[in-house]
Amino acid sequence: MKQNQDNLTLYGQTFHSRLLIGSALYPSPAIMREAITASGSEIITVSLRRQSPSEAGGEGFWQQLKSLNKTLLPNTAGCHSVKEAVTLAQMSRELFETDWLKLEVVGDDYNLQPDPLGTVEAAEQLIKLGFKVFPYCTDDLVICQRLRDVGCQVLMPWGSPIGTGRGLMNPYNLQTIRERIPELPLIVDAGIGKPSHAVQAMELGYDGILLNTAVAQAGDPVLMARAFRDAVTAGRQATLAGAMPERQTASPSTPTLGMPFWHQQ
Amino acid sequence: MISISLNNERRECDANLALAELLPLWGFECEKIAIAINGDFIPRSQYGDLRLNAGDQVDVLAPVQGG
Repeated sequence: MKQNQDNLTLYGQTFHSRLLIGSALYPSPAIMREAITASGSEIITVSLRRQSPSEAGGEGFWQQLKSLNKTLLPNTAGCHSVKEAVTLAQMSRELFETDWLKLEVVGDDYNLQPDPLGTVEAAEQLIKLGFKVFPYCTDDLVICQRLRDVGCQVLMPWGSPIGTGRGLMNPYNLQTIRERIPELPLIVDAGIGKPSHAVQAMELGYDGILLNTAVAQAGDPVLMARAFRDAVTAGRQATLAGAMPERQTASPSTPTLGMPFWHQQ
Repeated sequence: MISISLNNERRECDANLALAELLPLWGFECEKIAIAINGDFIPRSQYGDLRLNAGDQVDVLAPVQGG
């Protein structure tokens, strides 16, 4: 398959990049802009928070976002209940003028683990309200199947808890989800710390990566954004190419026929 | 005058004014915010008719960075 034909389709929209990136935690708005541009990402996650009038309703950030001309994916970060998530989703839809939603329902504050039952319930309600839900969930096969069954057309299991940078805690679980749900785009969301983690996820057959902290908190966010751009591409191309099978024993790559210094006794 | 909570801060406001009239008094521009009252989303189309009740909890949100 030619690289330029290998697009990612999410809820009917087609993208060239398979890297989704967050807009938080950058050292400055200018570095955020530069890093997002360097990442090649076409989808940016955003949020809503209480603002005082003195902050002019988030006007500065809003202008920065619009100038990037990317597809926005609002989140419900910090919501601890179905009702909070549904309300915040409705507010996001009105303000960001999109029915796309990264659904987050926090189940535990220690590791920000998604509440699996609350996430499924919220997803079901939101889909009935016309949202296109991107659920952030744990790497649990059955929860992923339930999210698919209520109408999610994309699934986003975690690699590890948000902001930890620990990579893929449980590749077996992620691989099982991939094998059992071949029909939906799967995106590893959260826990990615290094480009090698992104390559690993893509090599498992995942369709994309969503990250924020790994770029925003890198020593050089712009350079790291490029590294992740290339890593996601490398992992994707490796999957398309098909890796060689692993072997238990060594097998010489240089021909043995014609080997010098060997003489029949 | 009634007492309400605006983004978790106590405010006094005129119960006869519609939400659309209160927001500019509080310094907000309607098109750059989204509102929930008592945890329920309030569509922008309702700002002109909606009047607050004493004790209402009003959340006024605006875009921020997110992951």
